Amino acid sequence: MMNRFFRLLTRTGLAAAAGLWLVLPAQAVVEIDVNRGTVEPLPIAITDFLSEDGLGKQVSEVIAADLARSGLFRPIDSAAFIQQIDNPDQSPRFQDWTAIDAQALVTGRIVPDGGRLRAEFRLWDTYGQSQIIGEQFFTTPENWRRVAHIIADTIYKALTGEEGYFDTRVVFVDESGPEDKRIKRLAIMDQDGANLRYLTKGGQIVLTPRFSPNRQEVTYMSYADGQPRVYLLQLETGQRELIGNIPGMSFAPRFSPDGSKVVMSIGRQDGNSDVFTMDLSSRTMQRLTDTNAIDTSPSYSPEAGQIVFTSDRGGPSQIYKMNADGSGQTRISFGNGSYSTPVWSPRGDLIAFTKQTGSEFAIGVMKPDGSGERILTSGYLVEGPTWAPNGRVIMFFREEAGGGPKLRSIDLTGRNEQAIPTPNFASDPAWSPRLD
Amino acid sequence: MRRLIELSRNPAMIALVGALALTGCASKKNVPNSPADLGLNGAGSAQPGTSQDFTVNVGDRIFFDTNSSVIRADAQQTLAKQAQWLGQYPNYSITVEGHADERGTREFNIGLGARRAAAARDFLVSRGVSSNRIGTVSYGKERPVAVCDDISCWSQNRRAVTVLK
Repeated sequence: MMNRFFRLLTRTGLAAAAGLWLVLPAQAVVEIDVNRGTVEPLPIAITDFLSEDGLGKQVSEVIAADLARSGLFRPIDSAAFIQQIDNPDQSPRFQDWTAIDAQALVTGRIVPDGGRLRAEFRLWDTYGQSQIIGEQFFTTPENWRRVAHIIADTIYKALTGEEGYFDTRVVFVDESGPEDKRIKRLAIMDQDGANLRYLTKGGQIVLTPRFSPNRQEVTYMSYADGQPRVYLLQLETGQRELIGNIPGMSFAPRFSPDGSKVVMSIGRQDGNSDVFTMDLSSRTMQRLTDTNAIDTSPSYSPEAGQIVFTSDRGGPSQIYKMNADGSGQTRISFGNGSYSTPVWSPRGDLIAFTKQTGSEFAIGVMKPDGSGERILTSGYLVEGPTWAPNGRVIMFFREEAGGGPKLRSIDLTGRNEQAIPTPNFASDPAWSPRLD
Repeated sequence: MRRLIELSRNPAMIALVGALALTGCASKKNVPNSPADLGLNGAGSAQPGTSQDFTVNVGDRIFFDTNSSVIRADAQQTLAKQAQWLGQYPNYSITVEGHADERGTREFNIGLGARRAAAARDFLVSRGVSSNRIGTVSYGKERPVAVCDDISCWSQNRRAVTVLK
């Protein structure tokens, strides 16, 4: 079912939609420059979509919440609205919207259509007095949130020029029970915390789930057979598989950008760890590092030519970079403290990391050559960055002294940190790629 | 019905995008955890040769400095006693569990726990315990024995625990 859904949306939906955007004239007056250091959120009026029930209002609320959480938009309180939209096909009275300083306006309706829902929406440039986008989506009723996220992505892209990241999901580790008897379950949810579903039952420790590029699979580490070992999980069927007959422990898995390989750490007899890849079709392994050190947390560059990883071969753990065949290993982090969990941005321009200095942890970014280090947030424990597919937002987990871990997101300005709602404690988030 | 129709900016014209439900379910076996750490329950007169004897009278665990897998002098004494005891009771095999404190990141700590377990194993082997009696496993920072947020706790969690089998 999910396969079919993904294929459909990939081939028919978003790919074609991208074509649509290309032909739109880029003449909108209203736009947001996400590259500026400080961004004043754009005031936007998101009216309740017309519907025979409460669903239209719910769709609008999901869109508004997505856009507000990005920090780039400020949805205007509907109490300030002057015009009541009763026919979304007609041009709005633009002066009623500029009067409350709504620079953009969203209108729409939800209509039952033969057992399905038809969602129509329009994005208006109020000062330019024109429609920026008008689109229509069909969906099954239970899938209404997904359509709201797709609409939010469409608005985000139209006004920022960047791809949106709202129609995405997060796989993470749900943590319940006392700290010394913690139950850990893999869970998956929408990026806003909705539609949570558990993927494992909590009988063994599971850690560090990561999506495959087609979002169909998750690779993760589990103690299912006593040792830390890397597994593959098919999201559609729930089928679970040990990644290979590897002696000793394997951990810190991550897919290659084309999904053909998993790169991971494998424990040595002497207690140290090296980085290997496993080709998933031939199940052959290739050694990439060979040192008397802990070499771990490998992450591919988006074009797959290079891999960043951490190693304590030179003292405290630092970030290293190598070619995808293991050649040319060079250290790129040189700041005070220790560095771990490097993750290459899907845009290729930055590497996110966890940094430990004294008693504090921080999440930061640096350029792939190690220059331009910037700390985005810090605390008693912050760990495990993962990138939104547009490379503008990072999710991680934060734990206060005496508390438990919870998921957070932060944008690259470091000014917009948001809590991601989860029912229990939560750690090790991995943001899904976008479908395209 | 799932065609996407290319349209203009005219309000009456709109693009069509189809979408289907997103469902699926996971089903898998429930595999129990391996045995938990042996507790230090302070029982006075343990039967010689029992796991309680080992835990109470020998000491089942050693501790490490921050980020280190060096066997300290106090740990060498404990491991020497463990080796002696294991020589006396050759029917036991053991698993050495390596642990890290919470002041490190998850994946690195898996590596660090493995290094500590291997260091303890190698010391036991150097004191005459056959390597084929010894298995190792790293729990990283996943199994803290002391739960609080200060240095005394962290030092108790940086440990290698010898579990009799």
